[in-house]
Amino acid sequence: MKIHQLSLFLENKPGQLTAPCRDLADAGIDIRTLSLADTQQFGILRLIVSDWKRGYELLRDKGYVVKDTEVVAIEVPDRPGGLLEVLKVFEKSAVNIEYMYAFTFGRGDKAVLIFRFDDPDAAIALLNSAGINVVGSVEVYNR
Amino acid sequence: MTKTAGHGLGGFNPVSAPDYLPVPLLRDLQLARLQQIVRRAYENVGHFRKQMDARDLNPDSIKSLQDISKLPFTVKNDLRDTYPFGLFASPMGDIVRLHASSGTTGKPIVVAYTKDDVEVWTSAMMRAFAACGVGSGDIIQNAYGYGLFTGGLGAHYGGEALGATVIPISGGNTDRQIMVMKDFGVTAIACTPSYFLHLLERASELGVDFHDLRVRVGIFGAEPWSETMRRRIEEMSGIKAYDIYGLSEIVGPGVGIECSCQCGLHIFEDHFYPEIIDPVTNAPCAEGEEGELVLTTLSKQAMPMIRYRTRDITSFVEGPCACGRTLRRIKRIGRRADDMFIIRGVNVFPSQIESALLAVEGTLPHYQIVLTREKGLDQMEVQVEVTAEVFSDRIGALEALHTKLESELEHTLGIRAEVRLVEPHAIQRSEGKAKRVIDKRNLG
Repeated sequence: MKIHQLSLFLENKPGQLTAPCRDLADAGIDIRTLSLADTQQFGILRLIVSDWKRGYELLRDKGYVVKDTEVVAIEVPDRPGGLLEVLKVFEKSAVNIEYMYAFTFGRGDKAVLIFRFDDPDAAIALLNSAGINVVGSVEVYNR
Repeated sequence: MTKTAGHGLGGFNPVSAPDYLPVPLLRDLQLARLQQIVRRAYENVGHFRKQMDARDLNPDSIKSLQDISKLPFTVKNDLRDTYPFGLFASPMGDIVRLHASSGTTGKPIVVAYTKDDVEVWTSAMMRAFAACGVGSGDIIQNAYGYGLFTGGLGAHYGGEALGATVIPISGGNTDRQIMVMKDFGVTAIACTPSYFLHLLERASELGVDFHDLRVRVGIFGAEPWSETMRRRIEEMSGIKAYDIYGLSEIVGPGVGIECSCQCGLHIFEDHFYPEIIDPVTNAPCAEGEEGELVLTTLSKQAMPMIRYRTRDITSFVEGPCACGRTLRRIKRIGRRADDMFIIRGVNVFPSQIESALLAVEGTLPHYQIVLTREKGLDQMEVQVEVTAEVFSDRIGALEALHTKLESELEHTLGIRAEVRLVEPHAIQRSEGKAKRVIDKRNLG
């Protein structure tokens, strides 16, 4: 099950993060988790929000450069070697992990990580056959 | 999808008849008019007479068209020095209109028209619209500024005289422009190319696709733009984009226009006599050779301009045009001598930067050039807005874009420029002429 991530282009200068966060807050859209990738010049804010469609339209209409990307949320056992088990699935495959970041919430003894694959469908098939739990969108958006 | 013409004229528009004068007749007409205008200027404009006398010239010195090269040049400073009315050749009682330049540096320049001058201007604008297939039945949205600027009223009179429907919307209020375009079924738009890009951008934000509109022709001018920009505009909007040329000192818009061949701008040379000279030696350029465009108004009464140096760099296009017009063509003006800046000893024109940026897939020409001086060394930063098309959630992709833009610039200019990717709308939009260069160097 793929979920939708919104990415925003931000210039790397003070206060740039505030505006999109305020716009989302004003619209009552909750940020489930986020990750910020940055270089000296610019940053990419990646967001998982409670209502990605509304979030996408809101941000686009506010004039941001916003992109919708399909990512995969995966449950990872919260113990030494937990992540390794997941990574091993892709070791010998042609699927490439572009980047990943963690969710702010866990599920008992499990952590939830967001993976951006170059081929999310192939990744999900591999995960399913390895018996690794892919977290559904309803759970991610509505938790 | 190609949009078809909305009017039933088809074929030949009689308005264009003077565009097809046989060359020998055209040259005879030009000589007769040149002799008249030189006499008029000599007898009525003190500044011109003094310059002629200093060269031992008088109106009878003009015996052939070649003799034009004996005449003194007129430069922009002559207009400033004689501000406001010093170059007028008609008494105020005969003058029906005044226009003035924006005067970004000091005093503006003032230009005047008699009733006949307005008619000549109107006929030139009619021929300009007709050359790009606009006629009766068309609805022209005229988004050139109305007022002291010549763009608005020039296009307005021409459009009306042609029998087209003119919407005098002027510049600005972009959302209303888009609404009018859509609701009124506009078929042709006239504005600066940079403002049209802004319209396109805003339309897309409002969910309006230009391909669904009836607009099929754009008449863009008043600032230099590149061929690459034209192609990009045409792809994005599905319209045919034509370059129009003009300047207030000569008449306003309608000095020259592209025909449907889009291969050079025909100069309405029965009224505006073109020369291209080497700006340093002042010698005429050979056909195809690049130089400064010099224009002489052949029929203007209120304010004859003799050999006005436009500071626009172009060349004559060789050979006859496929459209059959006998009017000479100049290459689109990509460079204005006034826009050039020198950085680390290299001459740079904003249009070169525009071409380099547009060579990269998916980029939009919203850019600005910022010049600074750090520790005595000139720095050039080119700010480019990131578009949805080129944006990626992966840092690597954006860094690759950044590198590609920098290497295109270095390749084109021969010097390094730093590219800064900026957020959309970070660069201020202009409703008229775009401001491309911000020079923060203190060049005393």
